[in-house]
Amino acid sequence: MHLVYPAVLSALLFCTGLYGVLARRNAILVLMSVELMLNAVNLNLVAFDVWLSRAARDTLHSGQALTLFTITVAAAEIGIGLAIVLAVYRNRGTSDIDKLRDTAEGRGDAEPGAVAAQKTEATA
Amino acid sequence: MSLAPTLSLAAAPHGSLAAAPHGFLSPTGVEIAFLLVGLVTFGAALITVTTRQLVHAALWLVVALGGLAVEYLLLTAEFIAWVQVLIYVGSVVVLLLFGLMLTRAPIGRSPDADSDNRWVALAVATAAAVALVWVVTNAFRTTWIDLTGPAAGTTRVTGASLFRYWVLPFEALSVLLLAALVGAIVLSRKAKAKAKADADGDGDAGDEPAARTPAPVPAQKDGAR
Amino acid sequence: MTTTTLAVLVPLLPFLGAAAGLLLGRSAPGFVRPLAVLPPLAALVLAALVAVRQGGGPALDAHTELTPTGSVPVELALHIDGFAALVAILVAFVATCVQIYSTGYLRDDPRYPSYAALVSLFTSAMLLVVYSGDLIVLLVGWEVMGICSYFLVGHYWETPEARAASLKAFLVTKLGDVPFLIGLFALATDAGSFRITRVLGTVASGGLHHPTLVALLLLAGVAGKSAQFPLHTWLPDAMAGPTPVSALIHAATMVAAGVYFVARLLPVFEASGAAMLVLAVMAAVTMTGSGLAALAQDDIKRVLAYSTIGQLGYMTGALAVGDRGAAVFHLLSHGAFKALLFLAAGVIIHAAGTNSLAAMSRMRGLRERVPDAYWTMTVALLALAAIPPFSGFFSKESVLGAAEHAAHGDTAQVPGAAGWLVLVAGLLTAVLTAAYATRLWLLAFHGRGAEAPDHGRQPLTMTAVLWVLAVPSLAFGGLAYRALPGWFDGASLTPTLLTSILGTGLAVAGGLLTYGVWQRTTRSLVSPPLGAVAAHPEGDAGRVEAEAIASHTPAYGDIAYAPDPADPGRALLGPLHRHAAVGFHLDAVYTALFVRPVLAAASLVRFLDREVVDTYVGAAGALPRLLGAAVRRAQTGNVQTYVSALLAGTVVLAVAVVLVATGA
Repeated sequence: MHLVYPAVLSALLFCTGLYGVLARRNAILVLMSVELMLNAVNLNLVAFDVWLSRAARDTLHSGQALTLFTITVAAAEIGIGLAIVLAVYRNRGTSDIDKLRDTAEGRGDAEPGAVAAQKTEATA
Repeated sequence: MSLAPTLSLAAAPHGSLAAAPHGFLSPTGVEIAFLLVGLVTFGAALITVTTRQLVHAALWLVVALGGLAVEYLLLTAEFIAWVQVLIYVGSVVVLLLFGLMLTRAPIGRSPDADSDNRWVALAVATAAAVALVWVVTNAFRTTWIDLTGPAAGTTRVTGASLFRYWVLPFEALSVLLLAALVGAIVLSRKAKAKAKADADGDGDAGDEPAARTPAPVPAQKDGAR
Repeated sequence: MTTTTLAVLVPLLPFLGAAAGLLLGRSAPGFVRPLAVLPPLAALVLAALVAVRQGGGPALDAHTELTPTGSVPVELALHIDGFAALVAILVAFVATCVQIYSTGYLRDDPRYPSYAALVSLFTSAMLLVVYSGDLIVLLVGWEVMGICSYFLVGHYWETPEARAASLKAFLVTKLGDVPFLIGLFALATDAGSFRITRVLGTVASGGLHHPTLVALLLLAGVAGKSAQFPLHTWLPDAMAGPTPVSALIHAATMVAAGVYFVARLLPVFEASGAAMLVLAVMAAVTMTGSGLAALAQDDIKRVLAYSTIGQLGYMTGALAVGDRGAAVFHLLSHGAFKALLFLAAGVIIHAAGTNSLAAMSRMRGLRERVPDAYWTMTVALLALAAIPPFSGFFSKESVLGAAEHAAHGDTAQVPGAAGWLVLVAGLLTAVLTAAYATRLWLLAFHGRGAEAPDHGRQPLTMTAVLWVLAVPSLAFGGLAYRALPGWFDGASLTPTLLTSILGTGLAVAGGLLTYGVWQRTTRSLVSPPLGAVAAHPEGDAGRVEAEAIASHTPAYGDIAYAPDPADPGRALLGPLHRHAAVGFHLDAVYTALFVRPVLAAASLVRFLDREVVDTYVGAAGALPRLLGAAVRRAQTGNVQTYVSALLAGTVVLAVAVVLVATGA
């Protein structure tokens, strides 16, 4: 099989996940997109492992082993990630990423008075 | 991005690796199957990241991940394929669905599923895709995978290499999972304490069950392994 | 101990006393009074020993160089001749008297420890000036005196008068000190040394390139310190300080320093006829002007202050006619009787509860309240008016005699015009001096009206000092005029017949005229009730005086003036009285000439700083702030935006790397 097929599919999936990470508003959807990216990498790993083991370049099946590890790590990541998202949701009442702007300039604390004071300071 | 290692591999002379006589425009049956399944997978992934119905996104993710499992099978990596089905389709997506429900994600179409950043995201993703595809096609234009002979990823082969050569990383990974387990418990316990304080404060006990759900997540993973 | 060691100890002891007083003032109040009195007393004894050993012989010179100081060396040098030895005795004597007097005068003052330490430091600085053989070391003492006078005049800093007076004293003397410093440098550059002996040697060999310039520069500093016209204005205002400080400044230190300095460097001034003429004009204007002003003052201490300026005018007059022996002779006798006058005035102010002569003239029996002050002040006033045989007579006659010599052209380096100027002004001043002395005596001790308030007995420390000082006021001149030429340059100090008769006659005439006018005014005019008396029988003299100074302006409308029609000075001066009371408007002239322009320049600078310079500074801050505000907009807090930018950059970099690697 032509190696380009899995490689290109992997690249496209990766970029699709990338788009999802950058564009999605809901944190859980972002996590899904991260999963897509991880899977794209896995596909790459498997394809290259098959190719290299056939060509007797690699006898350790490192690609497949790494894929397994990636899957495991991804599972752990999704667990922790969901816990964090739930904690955030409990605290903030939302899981929309673009509403979590605590690090924004001038919006450190959401009190309008403080914002106004900082704005006047900025304009002064 | 995994571009750099790919590139170094591509720079290696691969003429010797390529099995000799393959017609560039004569696809085999496996290739056709791979291509069709790949198209389905890519389409499902696209729908996953663009649909406005959040629950549907999770379901389309199942299709995409399942399609990938089929691709693994086509690449003769059967163990990986089953693990993919078990863990991703079986538990991760279920977890994600739980997460969606616990965060009271709206059922049905939500008009604001994508943020204002989407056009920037689209530009970045497209640029990355173009660059990756261009590099990959250029690098592996003349490389073929030999799929004849014994399968490269049977359970026996994979198990042998995993427990012969990869035992130490494997065990280290179990420690990582343990850490993830503990971390998830800590996070959810904190949340619980806070929820209790909130409940004491304004009598709102609606979030109570949500606090408990993250705890079993790593346990499920452990069992799956 | 060698004479040199003794001489070094003379300025050192009061300095150590001052340091110890400042250190122990709070922790050990019991030591303050011994520490205040004993070091000047020891310095007096040592100075007397030095004088006896020096004995009017050749000058004693000693020097050591602590460290090399560049092209013109600065050395710790002693130069003790007859002048230095005798002036040092006077300084230590007056300082001891003042310190003893102060223990009674400022008995209850909470700031007495620092006051006593500063007086000791003042004394030490003056002794340093007297003994120093190096101009820079002399300058150190000179400047230390300036800062000490600032602190001491401002002792009652609660009152605005004292604050203003201390600042004025400091700034006006500094105004003279700047040219003085330049003059010293010019002198040392020509001489190649700061040593007085070398400088004088250079002058003697004609090595001075610009004698007139140097002399005039030095003269500015002398005029500032010795309160000569036109820099005398600080001295009357300095009366806002405690009376013992006035006695110290006027009798022995500070103002004497200028005269003493000119006496030391007289050859430098004699090298320039123009400088001598300027000195003579300065002396003449100072003498007559201060005499007129003294006649119009209402504050008893301001009368004495103007009399000091006048007597200093006599001394500079003697220097202007080239006779430093006469000048230092008058310095010595004046030091004794002027200290006595001030200290007695302090007793009177305490007893009367006021410093206003107009108020005192409406009091009966002040004489009986303070008999010690009455008798000793009478002696001192007679000495001031130069009535024989009091000491002031001999010293003043020696000045007038020297002027007469110069007028006849007997003195080589001195222009005859200077001699005539000093002689005429001196005789005129003799009349004025006698007049204001008589006026002071009559108004203070021969008042009619209500009984003087009872402030209890004066402390023994205060009255005893008066009698001690009365002795030299009475007898010093007569005993010393024969012996002193041996200590000084050798010129005779014996009064000449003509000037003696002229001077004494004029003085007696002035006194009698004033008496006559006083008789007429007190008989014919009904004295309107006038005056405010600060009665604090339990308070110490310093407190009474501070209150008297503070209440003078509210009571009379001016610090120097009282609307008293029965004042003989008003009748004598006629239309001049109004102008003389305010020192002939010199302060107003200075305000117009210097103070207002300086204030205007300051406000201009303030405007430039606030409006112009700050604009640049503000712009320098505002521009980055604007840029920052623009950049800050990128910080939206949206993580996805950040990651987008990050990944876009990564893609660009990756593509660039690929292009470079493939050689495209």
